[in-house]
Amino acid sequence: MRFSFSAEQEEFRDTLRRALEARSPIKEVRRLMATDEGFDREGWKRFNQELGLTGIHIPEAYGGQGFGFGELGIVLEEMGRSLLCAPFLSTALASIAILNAGSEEQKKALLPGLADGSKTATLAFQEENGSIDASGIAMTATGNKLDGSKSFVLDGHTADLVVVVARKKGTTGNDGLSFFTAAGNAPGLTRRKLKTMDETRKLAHLTFKGVEGKPLGVEGAGGPAFAKTMQQAIVCLANEMVGGADRLREDALEYVKMRMQFGRSIASFQTTKNKAADMLVDVELAKSAAYYAAAALDEGDEDVPALASLAKAQAAEAYLQTEIHALQMHGGIGFTWDNDTHLWFKRAKSSEILFGDANQHREKMIQAWAQ
Amino acid sequence: MIDTTEPTEESVRKDVRTWLEANWNPNYGLVEWREKLCESGWGAPHWPKEWYGRDMPVKFNAVVDEEFARIGAVGVAKAGIRTLAAATILAHGTDLHKQKFLKRILTGEDTWCQLFSEPGSGSDMAGAVTRADKRGNKWVINGQKVWTTSAHKAHWGLLLARADWDKVKHKGLAYFILDMKQPGVQVHPLKQMNGHASFNQVFFTDAEVEPEMMVCDVGDGWTVATTTLMHERRGADGLRSWATASDKKGRIYEEERAEIATTMEPYKWYPQRAGRVDLVMERARETGRINDPVVRQEIARLLIMSKSAEWTARRARAAQEQGKPQGPEGSLGKLVASHVARQAARVHTYLTGADALLSGEESPMGGVIAEILVSVPASSIAGGTDEIQRNIISERVLKMPRETSVDTNKPFKDVPRNIVAPR
Repeated sequence: MRFSFSAEQEEFRDTLRRALEARSPIKEVRRLMATDEGFDREGWKRFNQELGLTGIHIPEAYGGQGFGFGELGIVLEEMGRSLLCAPFLSTALASIAILNAGSEEQKKALLPGLADGSKTATLAFQEENGSIDASGIAMTATGNKLDGSKSFVLDGHTADLVVVVARKKGTTGNDGLSFFTAAGNAPGLTRRKLKTMDETRKLAHLTFKGVEGKPLGVEGAGGPAFAKTMQQAIVCLANEMVGGADRLREDALEYVKMRMQFGRSIASFQTTKNKAADMLVDVELAKSAAYYAAAALDEGDEDVPALASLAKAQAAEAYLQTEIHALQMHGGIGFTWDNDTHLWFKRAKSSEILFGDANQHREKMIQAWAQ
Repeated sequence: MIDTTEPTEESVRKDVRTWLEANWNPNYGLVEWREKLCESGWGAPHWPKEWYGRDMPVKFNAVVDEEFARIGAVGVAKAGIRTLAAATILAHGTDLHKQKFLKRILTGEDTWCQLFSEPGSGSDMAGAVTRADKRGNKWVINGQKVWTTSAHKAHWGLLLARADWDKVKHKGLAYFILDMKQPGVQVHPLKQMNGHASFNQVFFTDAEVEPEMMVCDVGDGWTVATTTLMHERRGADGLRSWATASDKKGRIYEEERAEIATTMEPYKWYPQRAGRVDLVMERARETGRINDPVVRQEIARLLIMSKSAEWTARRARAAQEQGKPQGPEGSLGKLVASHVARQAARVHTYLTGADALLSGEESPMGGVIAEILVSVPASSIAGGTDEIQRNIISERVLKMPRETSVDTNKPFKDVPRNIVAPR
């Protein structure tokens, strides 16, 4: 297993970080989060195409760059750091689902458009019950006709392509699951933007009434692809989260070094220093877990189900704890709208819950290891 | 002919293999064989040529170790405080010290102890008040040290003592090599809360040090002590492996086993101190507590922390091996290890239930579980408390301001300090 990034990977990270600082300063984040779309379609398209971001993990045969989850993790970490408002995670998850569930022909047809950024996409799997497991999926596929609803769909109101998970009537659990694709503007599909606590992360509710889906792979045999996609999704999210947590930590540290009270820098108080040290520990441990899980995916480690949940649980605890400390270190100003801390605070909260919280993933991890 | 080519992994492997094949013989006595290692430089290849080494980059030690293991050859004495003594002497000692001590450290003939901590100065080690006074041309030592591992066996001690009370705290210290086998030195074991006595209290009553056994000038003692401490911390990232004896038959192996048993005796509860995470899943299945979802959450918290800690240490090591500057991940190991130990003790308690009330043979696994529960508090104290670790992280890694100092701006004799009751 690799435990360090190569010189090329480090260089890629530096380039991307600089590009994101220029592209997505906090002023731009605040502007975009207040819009209905949640991102700047033309600007994102250009930026994405310049850096080849949505194709990073897609094999070259399907128009991508052919890198792995290690590189995808770097992109997500940097985006989590900058709070970039763009449908990146959503499009990446859709492409991962297509890679896992699609036939060769379907991959060739669908992936190049996502890789080159000409289309945005999303993965719609969760429903109103909020379950992250196959058992929570109630949407039915009768032939290719999709009926039911999906909720908490990342960028679901703007995605050009929706990858959706549905089941054959009368089946339960992992049985009878199929992946379908549908155009964002397909007849019978109603999309409603949800008002979200974390405004940088747009979610939508999708209602399907007899929508004609295009099946991916073998009908009814999507169970394993769904499980795999979920494991990969949480590793992606964990990597995004550690980027945000590290940024939050750094900003709080910078603030306390500057803030004077009682005639001295508040960074000179041991109570502040202890917090700062603990925050570093939390974030570094979470990074180690997120990086390890990404490397495990790239190396086809059979322990991935446990390692993915481990990374998500650790990232959730670390981001949450960092967010609590960071706000406290800012004091009153940290609770104001104008201070930027709340933007990452809310991202920490939304990430903690998205795709399952720490308790759920600790349970999944231990279930995998207890077998 | 002078060989000017740089050693490579391949050339080192070839050289050490050739030498071992020509010289290794398990019928040697332990000291006899190690003397040959000292002559050849293969016992400590990263040491200087003139002092029993080969001036080789330290990265080749692994290759040399592999070749020793391949042929089953015994190495020099490595475990214990003697390695800290050797590192300190190599860095700061005089030629006399090097001649007198280095070889006997490698052969294992001498054992050492570290006389730094005192009852009145734990975290604040530079606040030592053990006195060193010049009488005639000798130094006379009075005072008390504590937490001294292996002091009852040691031939020599690395001593930090105050020789000038008019200087500020860090500038009045001197560093000596003290003969432990003299009437002025009394060693008493210190019984710990877990029943073991791995450490000692050492009392000095007019103990004497010859002038040439001073390692540095008065005033530089703290600098030298820092070298010793740095080497001590280097072994604390959680990836340290314990000295293990070979189970092969033959005189030299038996002698080595006896040596390791003696050296490692004080450390035998250390695995329990770290929490024995390795036992958790097995115990959870055995006791059936794996079926309790609340307990599962606690186990998961532990395993997540422990795995992440291991991977963080590996990241630090990988960066070091690639010659990258040390990142923050390198400074966290000690603190994280004590979090892991504490959570492990919690989990072992949940797994054990009422049996956790018992001790010794009455307790599960022949007392191992009970020993975990009463040993982990040492993790967050020994070798730098959690609080000191956090200070180190915040000041050195995060560059936060140091605490305002109230004891370094005046002669040390005017600094308020603990009153240690006279014996």
